[in-house]
Amino acid sequence: MNADSYVAIAFWILAIGMVLAAYAVVALPRIIHSALALVLFFFQIAGLYVLLRAEFIAAVQVIIYVGAVTVLFLFAIMLTNRSYAPDSNPANRQWIAAGVVSLGLLGTLLATLGRQTWPTGGQVPANATVLLGQLMLGPFILPFEIAAILLLVAMVGAIVIARES
Amino acid sequence: MDALNAVSNFISNVLPILRDLLAGLLNNFLPGWLTEIVMSIVSISVFLAFATIVVMSLTLVERRVIAFMQNRLGPNRVGPQGVLQPVADVIKLFAKEDIIPANADPWVYRLATTVMVIPALLIYAVIPWSQNMVIANLSIGILYFVAISSVSVVGLLMAGWGSNNKFALLGAMRAAAQVISYEIPLVFSIIGVAMLAGSLSTVDIVNAQRVLWFIVLQPVAFFVFFTAATAELNRTPFDLMEAESEIVAGYHVEYSGVRFALFFLAEYLNGFAVAALATTMFFGGWLSPVETIGNWFGWNLPPLLPPYAWFFLKTYLLFFILYWLRGTLPRVRIDQLMGLAWKVLLPLALANLALTSIGLYLYRVITT
Repeated sequence: MNADSYVAIAFWILAIGMVLAAYAVVALPRIIHSALALVLFFFQIAGLYVLLRAEFIAAVQVIIYVGAVTVLFLFAIMLTNRSYAPDSNPANRQWIAAGVVSLGLLGTLLATLGRQTWPTGGQVPANATVLLGQLMLGPFILPFEIAAILLLVAMVGAIVIARES
Repeated sequence: MDALNAVSNFISNVLPILRDLLAGLLNNFLPGWLTEIVMSIVSISVFLAFATIVVMSLTLVERRVIAFMQNRLGPNRVGPQGVLQPVADVIKLFAKEDIIPANADPWVYRLATTVMVIPALLIYAVIPWSQNMVIANLSIGILYFVAISSVSVVGLLMAGWGSNNKFALLGAMRAAAQVISYEIPLVFSIIGVAMLAGSLSTVDIVNAQRVLWFIVLQPVAFFVFFTAATAELNRTPFDLMEAESEIVAGYHVEYSGVRFALFFLAEYLNGFAVAALATTMFFGGWLSPVETIGNWFGWNLPPLLPPYAWFFLKTYLLFFILYWLRGTLPRVRIDQLMGLAWKVLLPLALANLALTSIGLYLYRVITT
């Protein structure tokens, strides 16, 4: 057993878990259960990032998707009247249309991804987070600043709304 | 002198030395991968036992200290000075029936406790008890804390919704809104410290404080961090989500027995973790203040206590502030709560960040 086989075991556990969680999001009859399965799914994506040694991205994934996005989903669903109904995530009869779209998407993905040769970067540098920061404040300063200003505006907006009341 | 050094080295690194000793012993008759598994189980068991004992001590001290502040005696009958009271409490909670309400969603209701407790335990992975006593010295240590602690919001909402009780749901809604709002100033106050240390790793942050603790350089950040963290912990004066007079007990009103005990455990584990992180970021972690002050004057003073003892001492003193707040302050109103986060703490944290950046830039210009 070397490090690579541990990574392989972890990857397959995560991969199977992710497929199951993603299926549960669609298939579970209660919408809250779907949202909770989505939390599980996002968490496992963070696990994939950890396997790729991208710890920073993994932490950000958990903060944004688990801590903010799905919490917002849960919040919104819990404020609705029907959140306790057993059929709040109903299935419909559009399975033919859905199957066509899904098969088309699968075919496209297989066709493009199968011909792709994936570059492997080799060893991940130990100070990857530092390098990421230097890239964001160096070559990619413009998109970084635009995103920062957008978030700042949103935050100031929240303060303004809080002040009015 | 050598013998003395050996003894002091053993005392300061007692856990790593014992771990290596046990791993060496096991390696004699077990294959390598099995040793790793056994050692992981041993480490986790030691940690869980330690966490339980810490939480039990915290509850007892809290009850005695609050009683003292309110001119009462507090629990003092079970054992000398009541030290066995937490044991009695645990036995009582374990003996109680685990009730699941008839209209509750059983899966969500049961899983909520797990989703609360596991993040509370996971946070301890990055807490540096001493230079060598940290479970995982991650390069993103502080960010890991923020990420893991944000998961507990999901647990709160699951408990509140899963109970199918309007008070529980109201409590969970309040808690989630509160935790999300206060996370923003909390993270902004951490950035100042990370900028000074030049790293997100908890070990590096402590090592950056060898000359001066960050509480001196970042007092505003500490104030914002501690206030926001108290709110995130849902402790008095920010305990609106379990305001007894308004919504009974909030999100865990339906829970009984072991599950209630687990909520309690998660709450205190989170509290201790926040105090430990405040120690790490602002009070020099495991560094001995005696040694640090000695170094200013060029004296070579001994550290007096082993590093983890200093860490514990500082953490307990910080946790004492939480008792103190609970004994002193009345609960804030829900409208004041959001106002404090958005109108006071966030601008303060932003101003602190701007000042820190300018100060750091000027410092670099002067020194180079």
